[in-house]
Amino acid sequence: MTAPTTKQSVETQADLSAEIAELEKLSIEADAEGQNVRQPLLDYPPYRSSILRHPTKDPRHADPETIELWAPCFGNSDVDPLEADLTIAGSNEPIGERITVSGRVTDGEGRPVRNQLVEIWQANSAGRYIHKREQHPAPLDPNFTGVGRCLTDSEGRYRFQTIKPGPYPWGNHINAWRPAHIHFSLFGRAFTQRLITQMYFPSDPLFALDPIYQSITSQKDRDALVARYDHDLSTPEYSMGYNWDIVLTGPSRTWTEPEEGDL
Amino acid sequence: MSTPDRPTPGQTIGPFFGYALPYEGDADLVPPGSAGSIRLHGRVYDGAGNPIPDALLEIWQTDADGDIPQAEGSLHRDGWTFTGWGRADTDLNGHYTFSTVLPGAAKDGAAPFFALTVFARGLLDKLHTRIYLPGHPANAGDPLLVSLSEDERATLVATADATGLRFDVHLQGDRETTFLTYG
Repeated sequence: MTAPTTKQSVETQADLSAEIAELEKLSIEADAEGQNVRQPLLDYPPYRSSILRHPTKDPRHADPETIELWAPCFGNSDVDPLEADLTIAGSNEPIGERITVSGRVTDGEGRPVRNQLVEIWQANSAGRYIHKREQHPAPLDPNFTGVGRCLTDSEGRYRFQTIKPGPYPWGNHINAWRPAHIHFSLFGRAFTQRLITQMYFPSDPLFALDPIYQSITSQKDRDALVARYDHDLSTPEYSMGYNWDIVLTGPSRTWTEPEEGDL
Repeated sequence: MSTPDRPTPGQTIGPFFGYALPYEGDADLVPPGSAGSIRLHGRVYDGAGNPIPDALLEIWQTDADGDIPQAEGSLHRDGWTFTGWGRADTDLNGHYTFSTVLPGAAKDGAAPFFALTVFARGLLDKLHTRIYLPGHPANAGDPLLVSLSEDERATLVATADATGLRFDVHLQGDRETTFLTYG
């Protein structure tokens, strides 16, 4: 791994892009040598905030114990179905391109993760979050909080109605812009499968420039975070549809077919 | 048997989760000060020893009898139902606090622990670890604890204090917390 640079604030995208390219090359070489390269890398200096916040030791292997093979349980007392519609929080509609985001949550064997909590948060269409530490001088939208929740259904499906978030600057280096994304928080069938990640939109020109997206050094794994435009999910005269499926792996207890009444 | 699907990669929780993921009562698995409650608290540090003010911790645990909770209601706590799961974000001092009960052993002779996940701005993916109870007799036979060096083991065992347990997380440095993979 390259040593963290000590340069501050004068770093350009070209400097960062060179680091990104070098780390991808090293990662592809390591993969070719049969090393199992972690995706994403945790030690990824182009994301400057990671330099002092990544573990330096390899994780220790643990055989999951009982509690780790189960997941917390969420239900109708936790989530109101209306929380899946981010466009109804205000007295008027938020400004932006209306979208539907939907997909399936499965485990590594393709089995549905049922009745489980999905949480999302995102910037508004101008690239601004409702957050006190947010510095980007783009307009807030009084009709958009950018927070949603839902439970997956019996087939592991989730569905949100929202607006497309905008890209925003983030100060990692000069002229650093995050590709538009929606943050997702997911629970699987076991606590070992807990995941927080980000969903991106197809063909974003910022992908190649973004250290957070590029911390996943395998193209195939990066692609897994990009939603697919799905015309069948688009609603005529109303909104555009995106499909994004999520795979949660990690040991869990023995899978059982749902019993009658579970569905 | 088909090849298992590749896992969807994680990404950092970023700086802006604070208005989305925390909620009222998130860290109170039981009402603070209720009978049998303890405070589980500590600080989260970076590799320079500075507190991390934008981390999110989640615990998942057995109840006091060692049973695995499968009750809903973590997001709207009723004050009576123990769901076993809680969430706490760190304050400007990097400090987090849960109100909970001591976990019981899930099996006879097993060492009880809190399962812990850590997220933070600057941390590209979740980290898993465990918080063991200080002085518990079963710790001596716990397969994970006995597989570790003394220094590593020390990072996984909480310290008793006046109100319960203290457990600090060091993402990096001399006292780096031992993180886990379940492979």
